[in-house]
Parts: sequence; structure tokens; C-alpha cells
Amino acid sequence: MSAFVAIFARELKLAARARAEWLMPPLFFVIVVTLFGFGARPNDPQLAAFAPAVLWVGALLAALLSLERLYRADQEDGTLEQLLVSGTSLSFAVFVKSLAHWLLSGLPIVLLAAPLAAMLGLPAAALGPLVLGLALGTPCLSFIGGFVAALTVGLPRGGALLPVLVLPLIVPVIIFGAGAVRAAQQGLDAGAPLYFLAAILTLTLTVLPWLAAAALRNAFE
Amino acid sequence: MNWTWFHRLGSPPSFYRFAERLAPWLGVAALLLLAYAWYGGLVLAPADYQQKDAFRVIYVHVPAAAVSLSLYVLMAVAGAVALIWRMKLAECVMIASAPVGASFTALALLTGMLWGKPMWGAYWVWDARLTSELVLLFLYLGVIGLHAAFEDARAAARACALLAIVGLVNVPIVHFSVEWWNSLHQGSTILKFGKPAISADMARPLYAGLLGTYLLCAYAILRRTQNELLLRERGTRWVREQLAAAAGNRDGGAHVS
Repeated sequence: MSAFVAIFARELKLAARARAEWLMPPLFFVIVVTLFGFGARPNDPQLAAFAPAVLWVGALLAALLSLERLYRADQEDGTLEQLLVSGTSLSFAVFVKSLAHWLLSGLPIVLLAAPLAAMLGLPAAALGPLVLGLALGTPCLSFIGGFVAALTVGLPRGGALLPVLVLPLIVPVIIFGAGAVRAAQQGLDAGAPLYFLAAILTLTLTVLPWLAAAALRNAFE
Repeated sequence: MNWTWFHRLGSPPSFYRFAERLAPWLGVAALLLLAYAWYGGLVLAPADYQQKDAFRVIYVHVPAAAVSLSLYVLMAVAGAVALIWRMKLAECVMIASAPVGASFTALALLTGMLWGKPMWGAYWVWDARLTSELVLLFLYLGVIGLHAAFEDARAAARACALLAIVGLVNVPIVHFSVEWWNSLHQGSTILKFGKPAISADMARPLYAGLLGTYLLCAYAILRRTQNELLLRERGTRWVREQLAAAAGNRDGGAHVS
């Protein structure tokens, strides 16, 4: 428990001291989504039809921005080595770090999604599934992305490789996340895709911290 | 029964010699089977009552698609073996199967697109089977890209193994996608239990094509593994002896020292 508090508090403190880094993903999300509005005809009714895809892709791209820093900074200043020799379970540390990453970059996106969806003309009935889907889907991004960030941590060209490796792995998240919004848009029950998202989240929460820890150990051998 | 030969296969020099003996047979068998499959499929088999001659894409498409999934499983299993037992040979097999698998995935996608145009009226539809096969291609390319980014071969292999194992989730999705979702892609016709849904004179070249393609993959992976072993063990004595022997053979044994 004390390890949880220590790692979590450290992440938050670091974020509080480098505010620009954590303000960028939500800002990026807002800009990407509004760019679609600029790109389309003014008040184009088609925009609402594409809103689920636009919002979900925007959320994914915004989450990618901060992923590279997740382990890179810790590796550069030696924190990661300290974690490795500290005796705390490394998979647990990975879990806490990914959780903190979600709190700092995923949660703001979940909160921003509703007003942006209203700007794109998404009907009110679809707002619930959108926010709920993002609340289930953005942690998946933090954990899957955290695993890939751990794989590429020591690499000189890791930054370019990271999105290429992350994006295929999160295809199911985007299919079911946007699917839930589309279902609600058409007046259907959004339950099934949301349950799928919850299942994916359970799988990523339970399996990926171990694999990410193995990847980090590999980077130090 | 004496199993020491099996253990010995795990050491790079014995595996190299084993592959050297086995690969030519696999290559010749694959060539003969594929020649029969293509002649049988493109010339001998009757045209389909509904799809006419366009159905003949099946003789390339189905073997390529089957191999694309099998090789991913092989890659992930070899990766797991490499992670658990730290076997150098398993790492080489894993890395060797990635480009072969990626090529057949691309071939399956391309032939599928060419088949889709006359049958469905579109080269591409966004349904589960096609999309998940495309993701499979991205996963293969991700493994190849990740491997290329590392300098240390062993760290690279272990990182790729982890990535391959995570991507394994996609394999059952590709395989069962036509049953789980409503898909434009037709269901399986040859691997059904009981009576297959394809007539025997169409099926025979197809089975030969499947077997031939698997043998071709085995040939390609053995050869690539040999190359990988030579590259990784380039400082060792057995590689120098191997290369000296090969050079000696080429020069008609003029200066074997």
C-alpha cells in the first residue's frame, strides 16, 4: 500500500511540476476534433454521423502523445533502475504508473468529450454511451500503450515506433467504443459493445502489467 | 526410445546441419505440390456454377490465408519458448517466420481484394474478416519493425516475443470472424467436419496447394533460420568451418585447408 501511495504521489507531483506536458494531450484532443469541424462544410449535418469516429480517434491520438514519456524520463534519470532493485513488484509499479497516466491524460479526455460531442452535433442520447465508453476505453489505451512504451523504452528511435505498434493493438477498443456511440445514435441498445469494452479493459488490467514488467526487465539486461 | 537427438537439435550447429539436409527435400516437395495445385486448379478443375472462373483465386487465396494465421501462431509459440527457456534457436525461428508470415498475409489480402471485386462489387469492405486480417499484417510489420530497432539481437528477440504473444489475441478473432459476425466473406468450405462443401475435383488441387504452401513456408523459415544463425554466431568456430567448407565446395575443393 505504501508503495502504491509513493509511486502514485510521485507521478502526480512530477505532473504538477511539468504542467505543460500534461495539458498538451487534452488540448491536442480539442484541436483535432475542432479541426474536423473546420474541414467540413459549416454546420454540416454529416459531421454528426462521423462524430463517433472523430472523437475516438482524437482520444487515441491524444493518449499517444504522452505515452513515450511514461518510462523514458524514469529510465534517463535512473528511477527505473531504483524500482527494479527496490524489491517492490515491478508489475505492481507498472500498474500504478499506468493508472496515474490514465488519471492525468485519459480522464481529462473523458471529461472533455461531452462538450466536444455537442459541438459536432451528436444527439443527447448518444452522450452517455460516448462518455461511458471513453471511461472504459481510455484506461485500455494507457495500459496497452504502457506495455508498448516499456517495449521501446531503451530504443533511440522508440518515439517513431511507438504509435506504429500501439495503433494495431487498440483496434478492438476503437471498434467497440465508436460502435457503442453509433448504436445509441441509431436508437439501439449500446450495452453489447460497452460490455465488450469492459471485457477488454479487464483483460488489459490483469495481463499487461506483467508483460510490461517483463519488457522493462528485458530493457535492462 | 532414445531422445538425445531431439535435445541436440536445439544447438545451433546441429540444427544448421539438420536444416541443410532437410530443406532441399521440402523445397522440391513444395515445388511439385504447388505445380500440381496450380495446374489442377487453373486448368483441370471445372468452373464454378455461380462464380465461373473467378473462383480459381481460391487456389492461392486460401493457402495464403491459412498460412498467415499458422505462421503467427508459430511465431508466438517460438517467442514463448524463447522467453521461457531462453533458447537461441527459438529466437531465430521466431524472427525468421515474421517476414514469411507478413508476405503471405499481404498475398491473402491482395488476392482477396482481387476476388472481392467481381464477387462483391468492391475491392474492400470493412467487415470483421478483412479488418482483422489487415490488423494481422500490421502486427507482423510491428514485430519486424521492433526487431530492426534494437541493436542487441537477444533483447530484440525477447521484446518481439512479448509483442507477438500480445498480438496472439487477434488470431482467434480472424479465424472465427465469419462465424461471430455477419460477414460478406464466405464461411469455411473445406475444413468442415463430415462432408466438405466442395466437390472432390475442385478440392484435390486445393489440398495439394495447402500442403505445398505449408512446405514452402517450412522451407523458407528453415533457410531464414540458417541465415540468422550464421549471422548471430559469426564469431564461432562452427560457422567459420561451415563457411570454409562451402567456399571449398564452390572452388571444386581447390583449397580446403
